[in-house]
Amino acid sequence: MHNVATTHDEGKGQYFWVWGALLILTAVEVMLAYRQVFQPLRMLEVLMVLSVIKSALIIGYFMHLKYENPAMKWVLMIAVVTCLCLMFIFFPDAFRIVHLGVR
Amino acid sequence: MSDVAVQHGIAGAYEPSLFGTYSKKIGMWLFLLSDTLTFGALLFAYSYGRISTPGWPTPFGKESITNATIMTACLLSSSLTMVLGVLAARRGDRSWTRNWILATMFFGAAFIVLHGMEWTNLIHEGMTPFTNPWAPNVPQFGGTFFTLTGMHMLHVTIGVIYLGVIALRKKFLPILLGIWLIAWLTIPSNNVFHYGVHTLLVGCIVAAAILFLKPKDYDSHDVEVAGLYWHFVDLVWMFIFPLVYLMSTKVV
Repeated sequence: MHNVATTHDEGKGQYFWVWGALLILTAVEVMLAYRQVFQPLRMLEVLMVLSVIKSALIIGYFMHLKYENPAMKWVLMIAVVTCLCLMFIFFPDAFRIVHLGVR
Repeated sequence: MSDVAVQHGIAGAYEPSLFGTYSKKIGMWLFLLSDTLTFGALLFAYSYGRISTPGWPTPFGKESITNATIMTACLLSSSLTMVLGVLAARRGDRSWTRNWILATMFFGAAFIVLHGMEWTNLIHEGMTPFTNPWAPNVPQFGGTFFTLTGMHMLHVTIGVIYLGVIALRKKFLPILLGIWLIAWLTIPSNNVFHYGVHTLLVGCIVAAAILFLKPKDYDSHDVEVAGLYWHFVDLVWMFIFPLVYLMSTKVV
């Protein structure tokens, strides 16, 4: 407990920075969607990258995973890796179906 | 590490935890790991349909997007207040822990109310789980949308009740019962939430069972574990918001 407490107590300002960064990233996402800057597929890619950055900030700082034991980090990586693998299977497949012309 | 065993006054009786922390937190992390896969499945189901179906409806106009952006800001701010609550709990400052948790619950409740209004608008426009007025050839839009966002709304509701139990203990039960009664009586019976609010009653019964069968004083560890759950709910919304709302923006 001791090491956990000491690494965090100076970090109050850090939480406000993370919160600000998350709000700014959200604003960027909304602006991209509203201006329709990209084609839908490129848009999906950009939004997913921004969302992964946001989730990394939340998991790392708000959920304190940054300060956890390496064993814990690696166990939790299983879920992230599984979801990313599924994403790289499902999204290209869905895109392929559009191009096959299936209605 | 081993100070977990030292705390219990039986140093050397246990091996240090593999994960270097207390078991409640490991339990919550493992639950969140499984919940990630649940939400992953729902999100993939929605997005697969979204990408592979030509003519997917784009019903979210300026009002919806503004509303959803405010909801996102609410959840992000609630994460900030939650993390400040965890800090206060670590300092042993009980009143500020309670205040920050109450602020978190306020933002969470605001999220639920705004989302409920959003659902009500969509339903008024003629959207059901099986049909939607914007794209009759894409009936799966309603089903996937309501399942995904409904599951998330349920998680937020459970989170608010969980935080209420941690912050106020038994004093929260009459408050929750009151909110349920008021919500049930004021929401018109043709609105889906007239029945949806009974989730609060079920939550109240479960919370009462926990509080009366295992009464205890919740410490900073319980606050931290509750915080993990709350941040996870926020995290899931960070994917639902772009995939559901921003990918279906109606630009006129």
